[in-house]
Amino acid sequence: MKSNQERSTEWVHATVKKALSVCGLLLLILLVVLVIASVVGSQRLPLASSLCSLTGRSNCGLSSDQAAILFDIRLPRILLAGAVGICLATAGAGYQALLRNPLAEPYLLGVSNGAAVGTMIALVFLGTHEWSRPILAFAGALAATFVVYRLARGRAGATPERLILAGVIVTTFLSSGIVFITTLMDATRIRSFTFWLLGDLSGTTSSLLLVTFVAAGIGVAVLVLNARSLNLMMLGERDAFDLGVEVGRVRITVFVAASLLVGASVASSGSVGYVGLVVPHLVRLSFGSDNRVVIAASALAGAAFVILADTVARTIIAPRELPVGAITALIGAPLFVYLLKRR
Amino acid sequence: MLEAHDITVKYGPQIAVSAVSLNLEPCQVTAIIGPNGAGKSTMLRTLNGGMEAASGEILLDGRPLNFYSRLAIAKRIAVVAQEADLRFPVTVFEFVLGGRYAWASTGGWGWETSHDIEVAHEVLRETQLEELSGRLMNELSGGERQRAVLARALATEAGILLLDEPTANLDLAHQAAILALVRKRCDHRETSALVVTHDINLAAEFSDQILLMKDGKSVAFGGPDDVLTPDLLKELFAVRVLVDAHPITGVPRITPVHESLR
Repeated sequence: MKSNQERSTEWVHATVKKALSVCGLLLLILLVVLVIASVVGSQRLPLASSLCSLTGRSNCGLSSDQAAILFDIRLPRILLAGAVGICLATAGAGYQALLRNPLAEPYLLGVSNGAAVGTMIALVFLGTHEWSRPILAFAGALAATFVVYRLARGRAGATPERLILAGVIVTTFLSSGIVFITTLMDATRIRSFTFWLLGDLSGTTSSLLLVTFVAAGIGVAVLVLNARSLNLMMLGERDAFDLGVEVGRVRITVFVAASLLVGASVASSGSVGYVGLVVPHLVRLSFGSDNRVVIAASALAGAAFVILADTVARTIIAPRELPVGAITALIGAPLFVYLLKRR
Repeated sequence: MLEAHDITVKYGPQIAVSAVSLNLEPCQVTAIIGPNGAGKSTMLRTLNGGMEAASGEILLDGRPLNFYSRLAIAKRIAVVAQEADLRFPVTVFEFVLGGRYAWASTGGWGWETSHDIEVAHEVLRETQLEELSGRLMNELSGGERQRAVLARALATEAGILLLDEPTANLDLAHQAAILALVRKRCDHRETSALVVTHDINLAAEFSDQILLMKDGKSVAFGGPDDVLTPDLLKELFAVRVLVDAHPITGVPRITPVHESLR
């Protein structure tokens, strides 16, 4: 017979081990997806040579054209897709826990549109400063977050339906803002903007990539540091307060972190929808609702999901490309309907 | 332990609680009884800082409540609300472990210690939920779920329990079971409990002192025998009641007399 002490210590070890193995498994999946995404495309690259090149060795037998495709075109795009996946999936998990709503998602809440308006203002009016894009995107996301939150809070608290309606209002309002700004642009840029609005991973620069990764790192770290508080917040703010959570501080912190994540992702790649819905949902279904696991796992699974979606987007009608947002919405929208029906 | 002096609470210009005092002592169960809208829940929420008092003073172990941090208060005072709202699937065990939040040395981050796990197992035994610990909260019956909510509050190891209509949605047997658990905790662990309830007979059976409230004011405060009188209850509910002694327990038994039925 084991003592209670031993049993309890074992439980703690088992939980930590479970969290680590979940992350290990997802990391493995992410690496496999990464390799697939680097060799598949409008031009197929040889697997062995590409793998060898990716590990940093030279003389792997890739022609200089192939090496250019791999390192100058594909890899930056894959890395950006990964960063965007991390940002949107973890932001989604954060919003869902905080708003106590499994349907909360940056795109559906209008937060992505807020960031898009910020980015467009920067592009149209402050075009020369590359830094202004992510900063204004962040500001736009933050503003949209707070407006949605205020609108959704009725006298009886924020019901899931009310939140989604508030999201629709903010989204459509900001859409008209986007249309307005678009009319200020010359015709040649409009097409690329429409594409960008649905999520476009092709136009990245190394500095933008860096900004996105730094924002992803900060945002995810902040969310993980608040994960235990979020575990209580998602079961009711008043209960969380009673149990010792500084509800107001956690709410602000998580809103700012989630807005930073969405802002960074939208500034670099437009509004990719439904990632924040699909990924945390699948993670919770597989590994449970503990946010300490959900947020870390969503980061890894989100990266894999967007990289995979983008690989489909650029190969399915090659040499033409679809916006990655079209693929994620294709998967996400039916899932949304399913989640809504199940309630 | 916990003393409230002349507490007044306002919602905007409206006064919800007006100059109410009470004190909670170890090993004692106190009940608050009164009609709907009397300010009972508001009073309870004010005692752990969940509502701000416009005037008056709350002393926790002799010091004003705002002397303590949120976490320090949560370690000393636990609240049992009416059913938790559950939109995410969590297991009973995870739910009860939430009660250990205030004891984490790492704030919003980190894992529970083996001591936390031990405490959780203990309260699950106490509330007879051990066999359900792996089940999801939303698969439980109302009575089981309310026991889990109580278990989470007990897991905080707080010396003061505030219960806001903990038996509102439960059947007869489960109502008594919840209050028996609270009574046991108070008798054995130097705990004091404050229960807001609509069930006067249950309050008479389980509590040591009773506060009667109406329109935000304290009508009477004392032992069940002193407070549960026909006159005071008539004043409280505007209904004539018959008070006699319970044939088995001897505590006051209240039966409303509906004039229209005579």
